[in-house]
Amino acid sequence: MKLQGRAWKFGDNIDTDVIIPARYLNTTDPEELAKHCMEDADPSFAARVQEGDIIVGGANFGCGSSREHAPLAIKSAGVACVIARSFARIFYRNAFNIGLPILECSEAVDGIAAGDTVSVDTATGVITNITRRETYQAQPIPSFMQEIIAAGGLINYVKGKAVE
Amino acid sequence: MPMTITEKILARHAGRDEVRPGELISARVDAVLANDITAPLAIREFFKIGVSDVFDADRVILVPDHFVPNKDIKSAEQAKMVRDFAREQHLTNYFEVGRMGIEHCLLPEQGLVVPGDVVIGADSHTCTYGALGAFATGVGSTDLAAAMATGEIWFKVPESLKFVYEGELPRWVGGKDLILYTIGDIGVEGALYKAMEFTGPVIENLSMDGRFTMCNMAIEAGAKNGIIPPDDRTAFYVRGRAKRPFTFYHSDPEATYARVYHYDVSKLEPQVAFPHSPANTRGVSEAGDIPVDQVVIGSCTNGRLEDLRVAAQILEGRQVHRNVRMIVIPGTQKIYREAMAEGLIATFIEAGAAVSTPTCGPCLGGHMGILAAGERAIATTNRNFVGRMGHPESEVYLSGPAVAAASAITGRITHPDEVI
Repeated sequence: MKLQGRAWKFGDNIDTDVIIPARYLNTTDPEELAKHCMEDADPSFAARVQEGDIIVGGANFGCGSSREHAPLAIKSAGVACVIARSFARIFYRNAFNIGLPILECSEAVDGIAAGDTVSVDTATGVITNITRRETYQAQPIPSFMQEIIAAGGLINYVKGKAVE
Repeated sequence: MPMTITEKILARHAGRDEVRPGELISARVDAVLANDITAPLAIREFFKIGVSDVFDADRVILVPDHFVPNKDIKSAEQAKMVRDFAREQHLTNYFEVGRMGIEHCLLPEQGLVVPGDVVIGADSHTCTYGALGAFATGVGSTDLAAAMATGEIWFKVPESLKFVYEGELPRWVGGKDLILYTIGDIGVEGALYKAMEFTGPVIENLSMDGRFTMCNMAIEAGAKNGIIPPDDRTAFYVRGRAKRPFTFYHSDPEATYARVYHYDVSKLEPQVAFPHSPANTRGVSEAGDIPVDQVVIGSCTNGRLEDLRVAAQILEGRQVHRNVRMIVIPGTQKIYREAMAEGLIATFIEAGAAVSTPTCGPCLGGHMGILAAGERAIATTNRNFVGRMGHPESEVYLSGPAVAAASAITGRITHPDEVI
């Protein structure tokens, strides 16, 4: 999958409470969640983010609560991909499970500035910073995770196994 | 090949003789858990799979605890969806308001998780059950939905970190202080993707309540699970409550650890984590003058009987400061009843505290004690992220029950020795 969009930069340890505060967890409606995406980190984000934009975070992105509402809010806000130095483990699984591509790449985090136009090839892990004419190589996605993506997310993957 | 306790439990549940860190395995789960926030998403995904029944009606456990008793219409709709699902699926273990508890206090208390188990929960603090010598970890709602259908889940076998605590715990220093100090030392990603194994003479002498507190906060260091070798205390705790047979696993002496940490705790003082990170810890004597508007004692971290006893001991015959709202939330109905029988609840009420039915409530900024902009709380909870207890411009300081209770009396962050 090839993606292209504008970069939004965030720091280290972006927790799922700032991605989607608990005061909005009385719903599971992705559209509702999207309206408050990243609200406690950048209150203007949800209003300004555009379809296809890319979030670039620091280390330990998505730490804290296991709420799957966090990657859902990001995906349904139109964000195409999240790049970070590292991801908290529950967020990492959740993102793949709901079909939000995420990539670990410190080089990209260092090289990309807010507003840069960035393209991502999720199959190869190659990230291109079009604004700065640089490329970065992300950690390849483990083959097992690629199977889940290929199946279209965990639920389809499990469906497939149930048929077996 | 020598293995750690985590590796042995995972190998057993994967039907293997041995597993190594980094391996991907499919493991059988002994119990799966969700609450009123995460279950609605899981139930939606469960039906997408196309199955009609959960894999085992005794092992899918639903506990509405976050926004109950319901705070608004939307949260009532979510809780209703969970309740309806529990009825349709004839789940044995659904816990209603008035008979429930905060999930991670409730499940061990009811003997629904036992030593040697593999347990997953759609709640990050599921790692609490490691205190029983079980492998327990938090997952999202989709992972949970798949496990509700199949009774299995895939894992990457984690590397283990070993923490050895030596010396003698000073007065007022407990499990919360040990884990805050540890997170302060290794950082919020110090155990990312790894198992934290807590060992040593201090842990051997630590109460089960203190052990639950420690394993509960393993996630705040990024860990996949926290775990404590089961021993006589564990056996004493599970005897009479375990609903299933259990197995004690122990790490082999030659097992491999990614790193071993040694701490001498003899001079450790009660710890406080400053905003906005559980790793931003310091000793309470270095806190400086921090006035507080609210004190919360409760949560899956410190809402157990021992925590209430420590708080009551400090509050006995004293008054909550006039500028402070103190909220005490027993972790389960059973803990509530026991605290009543011991006179602890009377002590809190006479001191001027509010006592609530069990709920996660203020810990995650749900209800029952939300902070306004500029307000500050000290809480025995587990997270002090931006906006965690309410307004994004409010602040949460984390501590054990002794410091929280002492601070309620003086109206500022206080060492218990100052008031007792």
